[in-house]
Amino acid sequence: MSPLQTFFAMGGYAIYVWPAYAVFFIVLIVDTIAPRLRRRRVLRELRARLARQDARQQRARPDRASVDPITTPPSL
Amino acid sequence: MSNWIPLWLHKLGSPPTFYRFAGTLRPWAMVLALLFGAVALYGGLVLAPADYQQGDAYRIIFIHVPSAWMSMFIYGVMGVAAFIALVWRIKLAEVVAMESAPIGAAFTFITLVTGSLWGKPMWGTWWTWDARLTSELVLLFLYLGVIGLYHAFEDRRQGARAAAFLAIIGIINVPIVHFSVNWWNTLHQGSTINVFGPSKISWDMLWPLLCMMLATKFYYVASLFRRVRTDLLALEGGKDWVRQIAESEAGQ
Amino acid sequence: MNRPGLMTACAAMLQRDLTLAWRRRGDIAMPVLYALIVTMLFPFALGPEDTLLQRIAGGVVLVTVLLAMLLALDAMFSSDIEDGSLEQLVMAPQPLALMLGMKILAHWLTTALPLIVIAPLLAGMLHLPGAVIPVLLLALLLATPLLSLLGAVLVALTAGTRRSGMLLALMLLPLCVPAVIFAAGAVAAAQQGLPWLAPIAWLGAALVLAVVLAPLACAAALRIALDA
Repeated sequence: MSPLQTFFAMGGYAIYVWPAYAVFFIVLIVDTIAPRLRRRRVLRELRARLARQDARQQRARPDRASVDPITTPPSL
Repeated sequence: MSNWIPLWLHKLGSPPTFYRFAGTLRPWAMVLALLFGAVALYGGLVLAPADYQQGDAYRIIFIHVPSAWMSMFIYGVMGVAAFIALVWRIKLAEVVAMESAPIGAAFTFITLVTGSLWGKPMWGTWWTWDARLTSELVLLFLYLGVIGLYHAFEDRRQGARAAAFLAIIGIINVPIVHFSVNWWNTLHQGSTINVFGPSKISWDMLWPLLCMMLATKFYYVASLFRRVRTDLLALEGGKDWVRQIAESEAGQ
Repeated sequence: MNRPGLMTACAAMLQRDLTLAWRRRGDIAMPVLYALIVTMLFPFALGPEDTLLQRIAGGVVLVTVLLAMLLALDAMFSSDIEDGSLEQLVMAPQPLALMLGMKILAHWLTTALPLIVIAPLLAGMLHLPGAVIPVLLLALLLATPLLSLLGAVLVALTAGTRRSGMLLALMLLPLCVPAVIFAAGAVAAAQQGLPWLAPIAWLGAALVLAVVLAPLACAAALRIALDA
């Protein structure tokens, strides 16, 4: 057996060792990706909400150049 | 002169400051996690010799033990953060506590599965009801309970406080469970299995283990910081500093 | 107007809850029926062989009683939350922990006590030796209030949420494990003729601790959950 094959065979315990490592990596990869996706979603929703607020402010006072943060109602 | 530490900590508790602080540190934590992890894996899978008794199956130790340690370490961090959140009502503490829970649950799950896969070739059984395994299973339920309770509330801050309360109850409960299962196992003879013999672990096997423990710690920091940053954005959505970040191009 | 004394307030709280429960006395029968049905199913599932049933009798009765209590736990505060009287209680001048203690007592009297009364019947159906039944009853007398008290804290935490029974069960399981271990351990020891006082003593100690701390924790939990 080549050294690589010996390595993968793990002395006959391959069906225990490799699934264990697989679980380790898969779970942690999911744990890395999920927050990333959530962050993108939060930012997307935030931008959409801010755009809607800006549009409302523009309609209410067309002469205003930017949104006054004090009068913008807090969210959440 | 000597009060710059509490001053710095106080500043850190402010969401925009922590957001920036965590944002700077997170990539480095991830890099260190991957680096130490790679070194640990090479040391454990390739360099370390096969065990005299367990052959190559023992190599699961390099992910099982660090995960077990992290599952308990994170619970401790969650408990401290929960306590701070309940007593001083600091928003950042609430977020740290709640975002630690899924990471802790992940490590607990890994611990249980890898332990089971290690147990089958070694003791001939996928599971046994000894104190350590049972306590780890109870720990998973505690994490899931905290996560579930947090998401059951409409108001995130209220949910965080309720779940923090549950976390603290859980902290008191885990040693009690460990103690009772131990007692219970002595009552029913023949159901205890010795997990580790008191054999000394050789340095060839020890250093990859320690290396992986370091790697998982850095990973926890990286994952936690990313999650906390997102949560702060969501919680502080109406504030100016969040608006600036949302409007900036890539939204780093 | 004179403010009622503490004892009067406690008695009034207890009387109120017991009266309300009596008006819905059909609900009291539910956990009992559930326990009867579940216990009856075991011989059908495992076969009528005496020795097997005897071995599992103590544990089965205990777990069945626990599950029956879990079903009824949710209702401890639900009706009071719905009509707003719980919020009134939180704002009342009487110490909240004491009032909640009375509510928990009323709940235990109406849900656990009937179960303990039929426990000998359940044990008999599974051929638990007669000499062990007093130990079983003692274990239940200590374990059920413990579960009521711990359960009350968790029910208080979920007070304002869109309630899910499964979430409550998930949260309760880790807390139940030590109680079940010691209660069942006492029964098992008695069945084998071994000394059974130690686990009973542990249960008793836990109960005393819970009687003192749980109402306080329950009050704190309620304040967190109702504070909108």
